[in-house]
Amino acid sequence: MTEIRFSGFGGQGIIRCGLIAGKALALFDNKHTTMTQSFGPEARGSACSSQLVVSEDRVLYPYITKPEILVSMSQEAYEKYEPELREDGILIIDKDLVNTKPPRGKIKTYAVPSTRFAEELGNRIIANLVMMGFFTAVTKIGTPEAMKKALPGLVPERFLDLNIKAFDKGYEYGLHVLDEEKSH
Amino acid sequence: MKKVKADPKGVLTGAHYLDGDFALAEGALAAGCRFFGGYPITPSTETAERFSERIPRVGGIFIQMEDELGSIASLIGAVWGGKKAMTVTSGPGFSLMMENIGLACMMETPLVIANVQRGGPSTGLPTLTGQQDMMQAKFGSHGDYEIIALSPDSPQECFDLTIEAFNLSETYRVPTFIMTDECVGHMHEKVVIPPADEIELVERKWYTGPKEAYLPYKPDKDLVPFMIKAGDGYRFHTTGLTHDERGYPVINAECQKVNVTNIIEKIRKNADKIIKIEEDQIDGAEVVLISYGITSRVAVRAVRLAREAGIKVGTMRLITVWPFPEKRIKELAPKIKAFIIPEVNYGQMVREVERSAAGKTQVFGVPHCGGWVHNPEDILNVIKEAVK
Repeated sequence: MTEIRFSGFGGQGIIRCGLIAGKALALFDNKHTTMTQSFGPEARGSACSSQLVVSEDRVLYPYITKPEILVSMSQEAYEKYEPELREDGILIIDKDLVNTKPPRGKIKTYAVPSTRFAEELGNRIIANLVMMGFFTAVTKIGTPEAMKKALPGLVPERFLDLNIKAFDKGYEYGLHVLDEEKSH
Repeated sequence: MKKVKADPKGVLTGAHYLDGDFALAEGALAAGCRFFGGYPITPSTETAERFSERIPRVGGIFIQMEDELGSIASLIGAVWGGKKAMTVTSGPGFSLMMENIGLACMMETPLVIANVQRGGPSTGLPTLTGQQDMMQAKFGSHGDYEIIALSPDSPQECFDLTIEAFNLSETYRVPTFIMTDECVGHMHEKVVIPPADEIELVERKWYTGPKEAYLPYKPDKDLVPFMIKAGDGYRFHTTGLTHDERGYPVINAECQKVNVTNIIEKIRKNADKIIKIEEDQIDGAEVVLISYGITSRVAVRAVRLAREAGIKVGTMRLITVWPFPEKRIKELAPKIKAFIIPEVNYGQMVREVERSAAGKTQVFGVPHCGGWVHNPEDILNVIKEAVK
């Protein structure tokens, strides 16, 4: 079983990240997933998060308690959720938006300039898809094919190609980061 | 009871990633629901939203009513016009529906109401969870009556149990409730919708005899009277007043006895057929944990920890909450040390367990005021306390 938290600020598509990963793994990668979100009076700009439990069997307890993977796309979200990350967990951040403290325990940190890449592709709104590509590459939690297959219905149809491009960009960057890690 | 296959038009066959609220709407459409009247309220609004998009495409009607009093009234009308109908609401809206729920019971009108519960009382916690309307579902309207209520624990069950709710509602001509909550309503999981020909539906018990002989409230052998469709040429009368077999008001104790006995006994006498529960490791259990809806999934962790600590815990999940499985509780009571009932309320269904156990064993509630689910540790502590 793997517990994942996606976090950032409202408007970045953080809930969408949980939905894409949850749908991809459950429908196309043969896993069981439960996606929950903090459902409150959150507004654009404030901290927001979605939670995903991934399991080989049916997910019984549906909430995360000690996540193995934390994705943070904002400083506020990082500070709020980093303390709950497992000591041997994986931390994934937007390089330009999050300043990390010195690493704790055996936590592995992976950083991607997702917002910058998205802007280079023409629209910062797809930063979450760059992040999803990167997340898929470094965590190997699912296949990139499944993630991309999950997109129709979750992103506007007319932007599907752009979203896939963003995903690929993040995924390639993730593979590159893993290569570098290996050669060190 | 005539069974038919679902109309493929309403069935979105395939694997989907849906939240509980959307799954409720899909279950209804698969069950042949072609009328939705409702008033949006958090955290049930997504169901109404899904209906508004989907139901016109399958030849049904969506009406946003002026309020919840109107919503339930519109359902009663639609059902007498021959449709299968559903509405969805939450706490405050549920309260507003109470009077006409009684009318639907008295008129023996099959319809389905989903309550995506939130924390109350009053406006309470619009965006946060609760299981605080469990007693209201059974006793919220005035007078004596019976209803059926189911409690799903996942989006898949939101789909499955909505179909089941329609079938039960049609079988017994009774309002049937789906008592879910914000957690299940907003949780996304895989929902598999089977092909239409694998979905079995109960056809309304239509009257087919001579027109002049139709009696809308003459009970059949199973105590459930036949129904007709308004506009098909049958003369009929229906009312919320105490009525005879013709549906005409008769205001005396004798008729009241027949009328009220019928609407109650048609459910009580069939309770064994209606009730569905899920049991695990009950044989040899020291204590039995009873739960329903989201709490049954939260309790799983406490039960696992307790079993690891060597405590023999059996579990019983109430899929049907009303009618209450009192027979089974009564049967188990003398064999165990205690029942433990966690629920996201100050103690509601625990009273039914106490009543059914009738002093033959201890009964421990694990109350929670709402806004979030239990901490599994809190349930574990009560399990430990119970076996001391």
